[in-house]
Amino acid sequence: MALTRLTSPFSPDTARALHAGDQVLLSGRIVTARDQAHKYLASGGKPPVDLEGLVIYHCGPVTVRQGDTWRVTAAGPTTSMREEPYEARVIRTHHPGAIMGKGGMGEATRAALRSEGCVYLHLTGGAAAFIAGRIAAVEEVHLLEFGRPEAMWVLKVEDLPALVTMDAHGRSLHSDIEHASQDILQRLLNTPFSS
Amino acid sequence: MTNETHLLNSVTELMEKASTMLPDDVHAALSRALEREPEGSIARDTLETILKSARISRERGLPLCQDTGVPLIIVRIFPGPAMFAVESAVREGLRRLTEKGVLRQNCVDPVTGRNTGDNIGAHVPQIHFLPAREATSIGVMFKGGGSENVSTQYALPHAGLGADRDLNGVRKCVLDAVFQAQGKGCSPGILGVCIGGDRASGYLIAKEALFRRLDEANPSPVLAELEEAVVEQANSLGIGPMGLGGSTTLLGARVASAGRHPACYFVTVSYSCWATRRARIELDDEGRISRWL
Repeated sequence: MALTRLTSPFSPDTARALHAGDQVLLSGRIVTARDQAHKYLASGGKPPVDLEGLVIYHCGPVTVRQGDTWRVTAAGPTTSMREEPYEARVIRTHHPGAIMGKGGMGEATRAALRSEGCVYLHLTGGAAAFIAGRIAAVEEVHLLEFGRPEAMWVLKVEDLPALVTMDAHGRSLHSDIEHASQDILQRLLNTPFSS
Repeated sequence: MTNETHLLNSVTELMEKASTMLPDDVHAALSRALEREPEGSIARDTLETILKSARISRERGLPLCQDTGVPLIIVRIFPGPAMFAVESAVREGLRRLTEKGVLRQNCVDPVTGRNTGDNIGAHVPQIHFLPAREATSIGVMFKGGGSENVSTQYALPHAGLGADRDLNGVRKCVLDAVFQAQGKGCSPGILGVCIGGDRASGYLIAKEALFRRLDEANPSPVLAELEEAVVEQANSLGIGPMGLGGSTTLLGARVASAGRHPACYFVTVSYSCWATRRARIELDDEGRISRWL
């Protein structure tokens, strides 16, 4: 498996060089956005930071205030599919380098990744303490009125391992697995069971 | 006589442990799953990351998941004034652990859209009191939103699945729920299933079934057999850890049953992520922890 070092923000050409199944080590500046932030951005809200080339991370971290700064104690991914109604518009308007989360996304996002040169990065759900350990700093926080989990946190990450599961060429590992498991499910539903 | 300070300390310790330490039976099941997945596979890598993260959480007292879930508290207690003390201790414990960063602010007012900031809100937390003659016990489960979103309820018969009102029909519903969830409930998951009951009790009984440890057999041999069959078949779907392929989609299934109305046959599936967080304690007369259950 190819292992690529990736520094956020990055260009669409960098994204297009990646393929589903590639492992990356992500460093640089990323920004969290989940349900409220996506609804806000997709309905024309002005992003508090320039999103071009940045990794948008579907995450609502656990945070502790320490004087003027913040400490993140847990920061795993949330289910990306909830942002499916908004993500294509966010990608086409703001041109992020990647969307990062868990569980994969749907057809509208897949089309936007392809047309804009963007990828979907997958992290292990629940690996919150491990991922928090790769966060070197909390740089900024915006839209705290959405509540801490829903605010947009600008984070500096170092060597965060992630897997490309949807690429800019139309491939989605999630969709591959779903189709394969659907065939198996049909066979199992037709198998008699008695106890 | 219950001492309120002891009680608060006990309840806070219970909830802190539940949020930060993976139960040993779940840890053992994940370790066995890792051995089954081939070297170099995404499934094995994912399980390695899961176990690594759980170890960091345990060693440093950090939440197992940033989604620290919604608390469900089950209290078995001799009815009396001590119930008020338990309720206050739970609420104060939740506030303290939220402040400490062991719990995330997970309670949003759906009308105003505002986060209450301390995990306390209308009907939150859910504390269920059951009468008991023996020592008081308190169980807590923190179940995350992602796994709640993929939890579901079927009414049989179900034409689409070809599911009749029998255990084969139940099996079909459960497999469909696992298929629909794919990786979105953070597989490998554990299923709590309730056969029967009503729309409300089905969800509660299914969730409570998740308190039964993975190494504790179902007292009903018929349901034990059903559990084994759905786990084996679900694992053959190839969904795998986090839905990225592999032979571990479920760590277990815990099936319970409840009397049903003649017109109704519900099958309720409560999907719990790999980071199943549950813990139970028994208290002494003064409110100290006498043992972990």
